[in-house]
Amino acid sequence: MATAAEQWVLVEMVQALYEAPAYHLILEGILILWIIRLLFSKTYKLQERSDLTVKEKEELIEEWQPEPLVPPVSGDHPALNYNVVSGPPSHNIVVNGKKCVNFASFNFLGLLDDPRVKAAALVSLRKYGVGTCGPRGFYGTFDVHLDLEDRLAKFMQTEEAIIYSYGFATIASAIPAYSKRGDIVFVDRAACFAIQKGLQASRSDIQLFKHNDMADLERLLKEQEIEDQKNPRKARVTRRFIVVEGLYMNTGTICPLPELVKLKYKYKARIFLEESLSFGVLGEHGRGVTEHFGISIDDIDLISANMENSLASIGGFCCGRSFVIDHQRLSGQGYCFSASLPPLLAAAAIEALNIMEENPGIFSVLREKCKRIHKALQGISGLKVVGESFSPAFHLQLQESTGSREEDVKLLQEIVNHCMDRSIALTQARYLEKEEKCLPPPSIRVVVTVEQTDEELERAARTIKEVAQAVLL
Amino acid sequence: MRIRDNWNRPICSVPGARVDIMERQSHDYNWSFKYTGNIIKGVINMGSYNYLGFARNTGSCQEAAAKVLEEYGVGVCSTRQEIGNLDKHEELEKLVASFLGVEAAMAYGMGFATNSMNIPALVGKGCLILSDELNHASLVLGARLSGATIRIFKHNNMQSLEKLLKDAIVYGQPRTRRPWKKILILVEGIYSMEGSIVRLPEVIALKKKYKAYLYLDEAHSIGALGPTGRGVVDYFGLDPEDVDVMMGTFTKSFGASGGYIGGKKELIDYLRTHSHSAVYATSLSPPVVEQIVTSMKCIMGQDGTTLGKECIQQLAENTRYFRRRLKEMGFIIYGNEDSPVVPLMLYMPAKIGAFGREMLKRNIGVVVVGFPATPIIESRARFCLSAAHTKEILDTALKEIDEVGDLLQLKYSRHRLVPLLDRPFDETTYEETED
Repeated sequence: MATAAEQWVLVEMVQALYEAPAYHLILEGILILWIIRLLFSKTYKLQERSDLTVKEKEELIEEWQPEPLVPPVSGDHPALNYNVVSGPPSHNIVVNGKKCVNFASFNFLGLLDDPRVKAAALVSLRKYGVGTCGPRGFYGTFDVHLDLEDRLAKFMQTEEAIIYSYGFATIASAIPAYSKRGDIVFVDRAACFAIQKGLQASRSDIQLFKHNDMADLERLLKEQEIEDQKNPRKARVTRRFIVVEGLYMNTGTICPLPELVKLKYKYKARIFLEESLSFGVLGEHGRGVTEHFGISIDDIDLISANMENSLASIGGFCCGRSFVIDHQRLSGQGYCFSASLPPLLAAAAIEALNIMEENPGIFSVLREKCKRIHKALQGISGLKVVGESFSPAFHLQLQESTGSREEDVKLLQEIVNHCMDRSIALTQARYLEKEEKCLPPPSIRVVVTVEQTDEELERAARTIKEVAQAVLL
Repeated sequence: MRIRDNWNRPICSVPGARVDIMERQSHDYNWSFKYTGNIIKGVINMGSYNYLGFARNTGSCQEAAAKVLEEYGVGVCSTRQEIGNLDKHEELEKLVASFLGVEAAMAYGMGFATNSMNIPALVGKGCLILSDELNHASLVLGARLSGATIRIFKHNNMQSLEKLLKDAIVYGQPRTRRPWKKILILVEGIYSMEGSIVRLPEVIALKKKYKAYLYLDEAHSIGALGPTGRGVVDYFGLDPEDVDVMMGTFTKSFGASGGYIGGKKELIDYLRTHSHSAVYATSLSPPVVEQIVTSMKCIMGQDGTTLGKECIQQLAENTRYFRRRLKEMGFIIYGNEDSPVVPLMLYMPAKIGAFGREMLKRNIGVVVVGFPATPIIESRARFCLSAAHTKEILDTALKEIDEVGDLLQLKYSRHRLVPLLDRPFDETTYEETED
């Protein structure tokens, strides 16, 4: 028998085992075996004891018919047959075999055709080849990318910039990197589709406010403040964001940035500004809507733009403070998991930036042309001009809708076709009707570029007037 | 943070078999980097996805791309549906369709965006997505954005997939028990972190039995597998019509950028009208399109040379040779015998930094991955083989890997494989492989 001095000597333990009563040993043995059995038995779900036999299951599997993978698309769907452009989509464009003046591609500064840009891209092609064969993390970072990021940051006068290889993915990856489930985002109703996808991917709480209506936004912010006071602990950890565009793609209007900055400081939200249309257009040096209004760039937390409009390249960038942008290098999905931008496109963008810095006069020339055609297109019977007078991409909507969207689309398409016959290339603004949150009415988009001469602008305005009168009477 | 210098290494040359890396130094434990201005030349590149060696700055592909650049410029400045559909894009799509053996195809500007924008167009609420455990982030994002229910089956495990399919059809949607509208199975051709090839014949058999649809993401396998380079369908000798949606990217084997989807004509017509990318995103840049067209013609042999066939064969030989030699040295390698993606297991997170730096000291650039791309105790180094690697380059690399493996004690494998074919027969007895 072991003494109370706790000496667990093995021999004495075995001795104790021999001397224990039989029933005790049997009971212990049964318990141990039971425990082992429980440990190794499979867990079962209560539902599994369902009442379907194997035969019934097979019958169900036989009977089930899925829907076809895609519903059939009728042959005359308006978006099915694309316009085929032969040759470069520059100022004089050949659409479906017809030579037209280009009023439809977003080539605002005319850099698509510029020989300097092409030469720079060619040099890069001869040095690096075409593709980068890897994401930024795995040998896909070229010195050209680092150069371009530097230049963009300097141009926009921010600390750092980050580039993406696809314009759509820029804002759609930037928003979910910062705004997660439980955060609140206040976004304008007319925000473009890329922003909507970014918001959907972020799973945050979305509050829409009426387009450019600061009173509505303030109301929503106040309501949120009241909610926050009810639950201060939760309020301290939720982040609030306001997402707006500089120049809205869907309406051509500008956002009231000074009021937004005031609201930002009053209600402590962060502003994300999407400047795809206003970069390289507004402001004295083309820095966008912040320069236009004279607001310091440090007031805006993140500026995102795509390089596919003014810079006539492919891809997008975000710029802002260093610690904000650095976060995207690890959590921007379109940055980490995707191949980097082909170096020739980056070189083209650098050269385009050079050109923009060298002649800051083209921005005012562009604005003049916009104002001119804006004035010339006023007063067309049946069509109204939607957009600011200095916005290079504005819309022409039907003054009175026929009642059905399909009919409207058909009418506008007729106008577009007639204009193309008279060698003015226009296009309708395309939307995914079922997926947009707030679908804008159908419209024709007119784009003004620096390359269009005054005479061409006059001719375009005249043509549109005549065609509209002919079709809509 | 402290091992951050193994990633984002900037290079300044073509990402071919050898590459020039810009040297960086950090004096504050990798919080910030300074470029010393030196360039480490001639680093053997085992990290870029350059399977068929088309990442070149000389040669016919580059000449053609240069010509198109002169003519068309670089940007497009418009979306496909508006005025950005160039004749070059139509040409490319016809070529891709004939390459894959499907009825029609459609090309997009970014591989990641191809997945994340087209899966939501194909499935929606009320549909079921069965996706593999180790699917890429783009597939996961596309599945989440679509709003369908997602169920995950174990990696390459056909029993798990069958069980999920059976349960889905028998029990219907959760709680309401209504039948599912569609079931879509998402798999990849080669999984980039594992190097494993999907069991395509079994998946197709299951798909036919249970009337589901198959979405195959061939980002890494197109061009790299198969006797004619047409991907995993070719590798198994199956019919491309069996796969409902064949998706792939042009970044890896074709040395360009962008993605494509191929399938039946109704599918592509529907995507032309309903894909998010066709309506809102800019189309491919013309010189990139030309690079894809030339390289694809080269692989198909349509440009009159046998360069394509040689590249495919060279890649297959490199793969087999490299894998065999690594196994003989005693490393643990994951993945299928024929996949050009070779993950070498390091297991310990501490060895990630050590391996990456040692290899760079010996002039070899490798990719090391740890958490969160892989489970934390299964960190690995991943080699991507290329047709541009010659046998000498591979031998040099293998020698260095051997050295570093001894230094860091990475030879975990307990299989004893005697190199049977290299030595002439002599008196030594052949040991059997022990478990």
